[in-house]
Amino acid sequence: MQATESTPLLAIPEPGLMKRFWNFLLYSRVLWAWVFLAPTLIALLVVAGRPLFGTFWLSFTDASLLALDEAQFVGFSNYTTVLSDPDWWTAVWNTVVFSVVSVGLETLFGLGIALVLNSTFPGRGLLRAAVLIPWAVPTVVSAKMWTWMFNDIYGVVNHILVLLGVLEQPVAWLANPSTTMAALIFVDVWKTTPFMALLILAGLQMVPKDVYEAAKLDCDSRLKTFFSITLPLIKPTISIAVIFRSLDALRIFDLVYVMAGTTKGTATMSVYARQRLMEFQEFGSGSAASVLIFLIIGFFTVGYLWLIRPSQRES
Amino acid sequence: MKNRFEKVVFYAIVTVIIFYAVFPFYWAIVTSLKSGSSLFNVQLFPTNPSLRNYIELFSEESFIQSLVNSVVVSGLTVILSLIIALLSSFSLARVRFRGRALILMTILSVSMFPQIAVLSGMFELIRYLNLYNSLAGLTFCYLCLVLPFTVWVLRGFLQALPKELEEAAILDGCGPLKMLWKVFLPLAKPAIATTGLLAFIAAWNEFLFALTFTLSSDKRTVPVAIAMLSGSSQYELPWGHIMAASVVVTLPLVLLVLICQRQIVSGLTSGAVKG
Repeated sequence: MQATESTPLLAIPEPGLMKRFWNFLLYSRVLWAWVFLAPTLIALLVVAGRPLFGTFWLSFTDASLLALDEAQFVGFSNYTTVLSDPDWWTAVWNTVVFSVVSVGLETLFGLGIALVLNSTFPGRGLLRAAVLIPWAVPTVVSAKMWTWMFNDIYGVVNHILVLLGVLEQPVAWLANPSTTMAALIFVDVWKTTPFMALLILAGLQMVPKDVYEAAKLDCDSRLKTFFSITLPLIKPTISIAVIFRSLDALRIFDLVYVMAGTTKGTATMSVYARQRLMEFQEFGSGSAASVLIFLIIGFFTVGYLWLIRPSQRES
Repeated sequence: MKNRFEKVVFYAIVTVIIFYAVFPFYWAIVTSLKSGSSLFNVQLFPTNPSLRNYIELFSEESFIQSLVNSVVVSGLTVILSLIIALLSSFSLARVRFRGRALILMTILSVSMFPQIAVLSGMFELIRYLNLYNSLAGLTFCYLCLVLPFTVWVLRGFLQALPKELEEAAILDGCGPLKMLWKVFLPLAKPAIATTGLLAFIAAWNEFLFALTFTLSSDKRTVPVAIAMLSGSSQYELPWGHIMAASVVVTLPLVLLVLICQRQIVSGLTSGAVKG
C-alpha cells in the first residue's frame, strides 16, 4: 500500500467487494474442485453408501423378502445363525480353495506370459491380441462355453483327452463336486490370466534396461538374472496384482452360479449369501452373510490400499 | 535366442498359449454353425456350416428384446458415469486440496466392494424407489459398479496430460470451468473413449444385479437371457442356440478389444497398478 502512495500514477484501484467475490467464484480452483466433485460424491452416497448401510441394517433385523417393511431389530442373532451353519463354512472353504488355487495358477501363468510378451519376437502382436480374447468374453458366456466343452458325452475336452491317451474313458466333469471345482478353477484361470499377464507386463516394462546390461557384463546365466534381478524388481507389481485378483476371486458369483448352480459342494460365499437372500427369502441372515463377506474382503482391500500407498505420495 | 533348440521351444510355448486362449471361442463359433445331429459330433471344422441357430435365435422376440435391453442399460450407464466422472476426475487429477487422498481412497475402495455386500440394501432401495424389474433400476445400480471405476481410470489418464497447457490457460485468464471445457475435454477424448469402452464392457457383462433385479423375460439383459436359455427339459439344453447367442454377445466385444488393444491395456493397468 505504501508503495502505491508514493507513485499515485500507477495506483490500482482496490476492486470492489462484489468484484472480488465474483473473481473468487470464477477462479478459485479449490472451490471448483469441490463443485465438480459434488455429483460423484452424491451419486456414490446414493448408489453405494445407502445400499451398503441398508445391508448392515437388514443384517440386524428379521426381514424377509416378502415383508421388508415390517423388519424388527433382532441384534446379532442372524450372525449366530450364519456362523453356526455348516453350509456357510463349506462355502468359506470352497471360496478359499477356489481363490488360492486359481490366483496361484494365474500368477504363475501370468508371469510366464508376461515374460514372453516382454521379449521382442515376430508374432508378438498376434500373441497379445490372442491373450486379450478370454478377457473380453463375458463371464456368463465363458461359463456356458466351458460347460459345453466339459460335457461328458459330447464335450471336446474329453474327446481330446481320450484321443491323446490321457484318459481311458470320458469323465463326467460336472457331475461331482471335486471335479466341478477343478473345472471352475480351470475356467477362471483361463479367463483371468490375461489380466494378470498384462499387469505383470506393465511392471516388467518399468524395469530399466541397463539393469540387464549390467547383469550381462557380470556373466550371470539368464535363469539367475531372472531370480536375482527381475523377480525382486517386479515383486511389488506381483503382490498388487495378486491382491487385486484375490479380491475378485473371493467375491466370485457368476461363474459358479452358471456352471454349478447353488450345489453345496461348490457354492462360494457369494452364492451362499444370495441363496439365503433370494431363494430362502431370509433377508436378515442373507444380509448377515453379505456383511461377513464384506468384512473379509474389506480386510484384503485395506492391504491393497496400503500396498499402493507409496505411489500415491509421489503423485 | 541363442540357438535353434531354444527358438523351437519358445515358439512351441507361444503356440500353446495362443491355442489355449483362442480355442474355446473358436469352438463356440464352430458349435454355433452346426445343427441337428452334427452338433454332437466332435469335428474341428464344421462340415456343413449353417446359420440355422442364428436364424432361430433371432426369430425369438425375447432374445432381441434382451439385446436391446443390454444396449440401453449399458449405454445409459456409460453416458451417465462418464459425465459425472469427467467432472470429478478433473478435480482429483489436477487440483490439490485437503481431503483429496481420502476421497481417492474411498472411491477406490467402493470399486472393490463385493457386489453381494450391497445386494440386499440395493434390493430394498430399488423396491422403495419403485424401480424393481425396470431398466432404469438396472442403470441405477450399475452406477454403483461402474462410476468409481470410471473416475479412477479417467483420473489416471487426465493426470498424465502435460502441465504446460494448463499453465498457459491460467495465464490467459481461463477459469476452471472453461479450462475443463476448452482445454481438457478435447485432449481427453481418447481417454474418454477408452474409459467408456471399459465401462461398457463391465456393464454389458454384469450378471448378479441383472439376475436379482429383473423378474420378467422382457426386462432381462443378455447375460441373464443366456444363462436361462433352456430346452424342453433340463437335460436337453439347446447348445446350438446357446453358442450362437454367446457368439452374438461376444463377437462385438472381441472385435472392439482387438481394435483398441493398446488403449485398453494402458487403461486397465493404470486403473489397477499405478494409482
